[in-house]
Amino acid sequence: MLNPHPDLTASVLIGLGWYYLLLFIMNLCWTIRSYKEDGEYSNGLPKAAVWAVYTSILMMMTFYHFTYPPDGFLISLPEAFKAPFDRYFSNPVLYFFLSIVGLWVMIKGREWWTQPKVAWVLLNVSLLFMGLSLTDYDFRQIVGKPDNVPIVAMLFIVAFFTWIYFRRSVDNDRRIAEGRPLFEQEDNEKVLVWPDLVYTELICMVVLTAVLIFWGIALKAPLEEPASSMKTPNPSKAPWYFLGLQEMLVYFDPWLAGVVLPSIILGGLMAVPYIDFNKLGNGYYTFKQRSFAVTTFLFGFLPLWVALIVLGTFLRGPNWNFFGIYEYWDVHKVEAANNVNLSEFFWNGLLQQSVPKGTGVGTILVRELPGILLIIAYFAILPPIMGLTILRKYFVRMGVLRFLVFSNLILWMAILPIKMLLRWAFALKYIVGIPEWFFNI
Amino acid sequence: MSVGDYIRNSQIWKSVFRHPAPTDRRNRVVVMLTNFFLHLHPVSVKQQGIALSYTWCMGGITFFLFLVEAITGVLLMFYYRPTLEFAFQDIQALRDVTTLGIMREIHRWGAHAMVITVWLHMYRVFLTGSYKPPREFNWVIGVLLLVLTLLLSFTGDLLPWDQLAIWAITVGSNMAKATPFLGVEGPGFQVFNTSGYELITNGSDARFLLLGGRFVGEATLNRFYILHCVAIPLVVSGLIAIHFWRVRKDGGISQPL
Repeated sequence: MLNPHPDLTASVLIGLGWYYLLLFIMNLCWTIRSYKEDGEYSNGLPKAAVWAVYTSILMMMTFYHFTYPPDGFLISLPEAFKAPFDRYFSNPVLYFFLSIVGLWVMIKGREWWTQPKVAWVLLNVSLLFMGLSLTDYDFRQIVGKPDNVPIVAMLFIVAFFTWIYFRRSVDNDRRIAEGRPLFEQEDNEKVLVWPDLVYTELICMVVLTAVLIFWGIALKAPLEEPASSMKTPNPSKAPWYFLGLQEMLVYFDPWLAGVVLPSIILGGLMAVPYIDFNKLGNGYYTFKQRSFAVTTFLFGFLPLWVALIVLGTFLRGPNWNFFGIYEYWDVHKVEAANNVNLSEFFWNGLLQQSVPKGTGVGTILVRELPGILLIIAYFAILPPIMGLTILRKYFVRMGVLRFLVFSNLILWMAILPIKMLLRWAFALKYIVGIPEWFFNI
Repeated sequence: MSVGDYIRNSQIWKSVFRHPAPTDRRNRVVVMLTNFFLHLHPVSVKQQGIALSYTWCMGGITFFLFLVEAITGVLLMFYYRPTLEFAFQDIQALRDVTTLGIMREIHRWGAHAMVITVWLHMYRVFLTGSYKPPREFNWVIGVLLLVLTLLLSFTGDLLPWDQLAIWAITVGSNMAKATPFLGVEGPGFQVFNTSGYELITNGSDARFLLLGGRFVGEATLNRFYILHCVAIPLVVSGLIAIHFWRVRKDGGISQPL
């Protein structure tokens, strides 16, 4: 009998079976928890019943995958879903701005999504979505790479810890508003490190060792062909933890994306404790008391770091083109890129003249004058203006030097989204474009 | 007298462990003070400070992973030769034939995990505001440790000497070419190349310093091997010691002030 899905080999289906088995066990525990919460009396349909139905569907899915008949009907995403999904989301800028919207929703709706029930539904939706997507060949090629597995895990782990943060800070913010002691201050007796801490550490070490050994057995470390400086792979990717920086290369030249911006990220991180003058929120979870600091950090960590790594790992294919999650990595995919420099906008568009030509220092500076003035204004004139207007209370508390460092760091952080917007809206290539001196911004 | 008691009362045992078993309160205090490995800890801590949902345990896990990397790394060093001739071949043998070749898997996955746990540790420290006074400088040391963790991963990435390795390092190190003033494709390098002297060339710029050559070659392999196995781990060990020491001196583990 012909296999209608040649890429879905028996081992893939068994693997999916294990996946659904795990999901089934998770939801079985959840159903029991829900049953206990329902108590003896409940109005209308007990909630546990809904979970029980869902859990039994998962059980059937598990059995079905373990005993899949070769010509059977396969539970998978239809093309009618995959093709439009790829088409509408095949856009790095949209991806980036959706991640910012996600952050905004997360902060605004923190009281809602930190409820265990909501979070559990969200977790199930994302796991089911991933399970169904895994039936797609191209999705599996990218997500299933041994080196990419930790990045998938990282997504869920980061989401989990972000959830813990918001859950505990919502609780603490409520306590502060009601004048009750913080969660961290309740039942906070001193305990002996032996046994209370050393045993936790021991269990932690044993579990981690087991995880590493199991992981090492389950997934082989990748080893490709021997190194050859003749055969350039396409795409050539930096190590995964630098892919956020490589993504910035789309918008900035290497001297900015690869050298200056990383240095500023690190310098900025080191400067954090000396900039943050807020004495509240030291040693406990809170959002309200440090909303600006936390929002800025979450913005830097989630959309600007983690999301860009995910983008670079899973969605950037040959020639660094953007590919949808179900799309084949076609080397011949062509993306039109007719990006224009600001100088051309200025001279050709605004003044209706030709761009000044020549390699003399004077000519180059005149040619790029609008961009240079913009950059100077951005980094030199904007901070004092901000200090006198929207960030006045920070300026007053911080003093001149501290405020200048702070406002410049904020502005540096903003240049990537700004450049993205400009690229998106005007196909802008460089604000200042002096390739003669390798000085492009 | 049981065998266990006999051993515990022997001169050898007592010379190693300078106190009775930590079964009562007094000895549970004494054990923390007299045991070298345990003296990193204080004798007692606040209950909420060590609650898992509060600390996430990520700093400790990172340190544990560092130890795992050190142990598996040393074992791998016994086997692996960092030369163009043998590097790839040795890794291939580790994969296919070597007993305990799984050390490579554990080393690689441990490295990935360590990068993630460092981030999560910083995430927690930020979100609990634990970098605030008096811990400002320990946060700075933490950022340095983050950089070194990434560099450890980066230098280690080259050692298998396969396509994945050299091209990841080529892409990464090409950035150094664009270093302002010090790279041949960076803005401002011409400042050093005036009046006939070419100070910054592709044989003397920042990338050359990193690679020990004009491209990723044998010199790079050697350089990255030494950085990965000796130089960076030494610096990291020193900084970890300071980091831990300062945790104790700057008021202990995070707690509401």
